[in-house]
Amino acid sequence: MIKEKNKLDRRKVAQKLLKGRKDILVITGLGGTCWDITSAGDDDLNFPMWGGMGGASMVGLGLAIAQPDKKVLVVTGDGEMLMGLGSLATIAAADPENLSIIVFDNEHFGETGMQKTHTAKGTDLVKVAEAVGFRNVSVIENQESLESFDIKTHSQNGPMFCVIKISNNNPTPVLPPRDGAYLKDRFRQALLGKKSAI
Amino acid sequence: MSDDKNIKSEIPQWPNTIYNTIKSKNFSQVCYVPDAGHSKLITLCESDTDIDCVTLTTEEEGVAMLLGTWLGGKKGLLLMQSSGVGNIINMLSLAKTCRYPMLMLVTMRGEWGEFNPWQNPMGEACRPVLEKIGARVFNVEDSINVETTISAAAEFAFNSQQAVAVTLSQKLIGTKNFLTDMK
Repeated sequence: MIKEKNKLDRRKVAQKLLKGRKDILVITGLGGTCWDITSAGDDDLNFPMWGGMGGASMVGLGLAIAQPDKKVLVVTGDGEMLMGLGSLATIAAADPENLSIIVFDNEHFGETGMQKTHTAKGTDLVKVAEAVGFRNVSVIENQESLESFDIKTHSQNGPMFCVIKISNNNPTPVLPPRDGAYLKDRFRQALLGKKSAI
Repeated sequence: MSDDKNIKSEIPQWPNTIYNTIKSKNFSQVCYVPDAGHSKLITLCESDTDIDCVTLTTEEEGVAMLLGTWLGGKKGLLLMQSSGVGNIINMLSLAKTCRYPMLMLVTMRGEWGEFNPWQNPMGEACRPVLEKIGARVFNVEDSINVETTISAAAEFAFNSQQAVAVTLSQKLIGTKNFLTDMK
């Protein structure tokens, strides 16, 4: 359960995480994390997903294998991660050292009426990740541990899995572009250059 | 019966043909939920140090993965059995919406002389549901058409930036009989 004192603001968490991101490649799961990451600045190297629930981490895996010299960060919510739990086993088995998954866990389905998710009822995603083979796992529950967390440092020796316990407020969405083909082409051109369109 | 045994005793070459075709087209990622029909191709890919192989827990992971593969500038292939097609339909909305190329090779069950009737519903639904969600489907029934079909399907996927499935018929791969094949 989220303790009263541990109500991290999701927008501030996103902005702290991505401060000075440089060339980190960012995938977000559908819903709240799209708006969070966009609130930290829409970026050509963001790929915010508006659909495909449960697939964000696997998009990250394909990208991490294709671009082994780049850091890939997946930011997703607890509901989205729960739909793709099997992908944690797949990713641990594939063992990509440049992939990090961060789950913003508010213990609720934020887009559908704030129903409780399984993490409100006992599921511990960090233990799940650990059990399927992630070695670099952590949980952030308060401002102090958030302040000491640096994505560049903590994503070494990946794959890395981290749960950040956030408050279950539902701030007004900050929308990224919604056309999937545009987002894909924008990302590829920023990463691969103009030749990517040929 | 003796004819049937003779057919089974031949070592099929079409998996090698698929392997050579995807190599010539620079596929570098192969992900799969295994099927007996794909086992030789999987072995060939796993022994190739230039191909990253990923074992999936469910087929929809592969559809999402191949979006990441393409975002990163590489080509990937998803292998599955026809029953797996039932697991990927919503995730294929990514391919339709984002218009990224992906190639799926689907070994058929429940289609031709099936031993296990529980395979039949997805065998029958396989092509219509793929087409309904926007994937193009090409079928291969004979080994002499494997190379041209896989090659044309890959060209179609990557030139048109869309999902393409090639269904490999039980006429090609043989019909699984648990009582004889699993010994």
